[in-house]
Amino acid sequence: MQRTDTAPKPVSMPKLSRETIVNIVVMAILLAVPLWASSIGEDYYVNLASLITIFAIAGVGLNFAIGQGGMVSFGHAAFFGIGGYTTGIAAFHNFEETLFMSMPFAVSGTNQMLIIWIVAMAVCGIAALAIGAISLRTEGVYFIMITLAFAQMIYYFAISWPAYGGEDGLSIYLRNELPVVDAESALTFFLVCFILLLGVIFATARLSGSRFGAALGTAHMNGTRLATSGIDPFPIKLTGFVISAMITGLAGALFAELNGFTGPSMLSWQRSGEIMVFVILGGVGRLCGPAIGAAVFVLLETYIGEWTEHWQLLLGLALLGVVLFARGGVMGMIAGSARHD
Amino acid sequence: MTKPVLEVKDLYKSFGALQAVKNVSLDLRPKEIHALIGPNGAGKSTLAGQISGWITPDSGSICLDGEDVTSETVAGRSRKGLGRSFQVSSLAMEVSARRNVMLSVQASQGSSFRFWKQTRSDEELCETAGNWLGKVGLGGREDIAVSKLSHGERRQVEVACALALKPKALLLDEPMAGLGPTGSVQLTEFLEEIRPEIPILLIEHDMDAVFRLADRITVLVGGAAILSGSVDEIRTSSLVRKAYLGEEA
Repeated sequence: MQRTDTAPKPVSMPKLSRETIVNIVVMAILLAVPLWASSIGEDYYVNLASLITIFAIAGVGLNFAIGQGGMVSFGHAAFFGIGGYTTGIAAFHNFEETLFMSMPFAVSGTNQMLIIWIVAMAVCGIAALAIGAISLRTEGVYFIMITLAFAQMIYYFAISWPAYGGEDGLSIYLRNELPVVDAESALTFFLVCFILLLGVIFATARLSGSRFGAALGTAHMNGTRLATSGIDPFPIKLTGFVISAMITGLAGALFAELNGFTGPSMLSWQRSGEIMVFVILGGVGRLCGPAIGAAVFVLLETYIGEWTEHWQLLLGLALLGVVLFARGGVMGMIAGSARHD
Repeated sequence: MTKPVLEVKDLYKSFGALQAVKNVSLDLRPKEIHALIGPNGAGKSTLAGQISGWITPDSGSICLDGEDVTSETVAGRSRKGLGRSFQVSSLAMEVSARRNVMLSVQASQGSSFRFWKQTRSDEELCETAGNWLGKVGLGGREDIAVSKLSHGERRQVEVACALALKPKALLLDEPMAGLGPTGSVQLTEFLEEIRPEIPILLIEHDMDAVFRLADRITVLVGGAAILSGSVDEIRTSSLVRKAYLGEEA
């Protein structure tokens, strides 16, 4: 977005920036490959694309915290896992026909994805409110460590909670349902994930350009400026952190649906690292960066992993290259450094 | 006597054994420029920090427009009408001058918890910010990234940010530093212009500007206000000479 003037312009076709073109191409490929794979009956590739899409959503969430708000959270697996467990627990009670709780009011399980998503995002929002309220009193390395510590607490809590599988996790025997469409179909499920990815990318783009986004961005660039302008940084950052967590939580709910399983591995600190890798590999603060990062990650894992179990060595080298030579990630390499207006 | 806009009473601050500010009281009345001078290390910046809320005083009080703001946050004081510029630039460097001022405009208009409308296409917001930049002499430079502006220009952006808050009082920490002779004259004229509406507490090393602008001057030495008076009183004071030039002068 290179618009710098603000006077009303004569109506003309806006010139697309290089990044916008890359974004469109990336999204087009992500949509085209599973469509093609489905047409030749290869659901394996469709599910692979779903995985990339879901990881991309998780990355978009974290990218909002890191790129816009400068909050380097090393605990986003907490929200990914909470999203996953929400799906697992709802499906478990629905399957067993038991209640999640009976006091003070009865809550049963459900197999409706729409309800599960809303609950997952709400629970993540509440968790992020609590975690953020404490973590955001620190900065830098301390913030990284304290978010990690919270995620680990939730991880060990999940492991020691036998009602929901403990270390073994929870299987979701039947994929939950959506109104109208058949979510059991691999392609339909992919398309649902894809639409949600477009939705969260659009939402974070709008948020970044809003007054709230301007305040959050300034909290990142120069907190002194924000406070001097009469805006308290803390509530702004906390809101940004909560929004970020809710998006990653949605991804967790979808991930559990895709795998038919939820377990403590969703909450592990390695998962937090992976989500961060999507963001850094793709390009911090770039709209479609997480999609690129997730795609590179999943493809490396799948194809190099087939060939050697040491595929992470290659991932490490790729990360090293990106951090050393292309600070803007893959997007930075293709489309140049990010622009501000 | 008119009621002071800003009133600092019996302020103290120590860092360990160092008493940075000792029993400082001063006020700022409507329509005046009150200059705060003193040698390096006199405690000017600590005092400025306490007035704007970055540093909690050990004791003493700060009133803005009759309201005690001693326990307010930095942002709270800004909202209540204290505009400030910094000695070391405090701007968001990556974005344009206009963006920096827009943030102040948006804060002065109310809540920043607006999530949907794009600031880029908010013409009123953009234009108001542009107008403030025009007033401080940066017309035509609005959309250049702050990192590409000169030090002097950054000072001007800071002043524009402070003004956009429509403050009741301004606290300017060395606004002339790095401006060069023409810039310095321009800013002096500009401060003259806004003085009737917004009184200014001015911390400044440029004595020409201080003597030209100030109605009153307070001299800070070793953390204490040793003298406060009119320009002529300060100019002729032997106490001030001693403080600045040493015992021999």
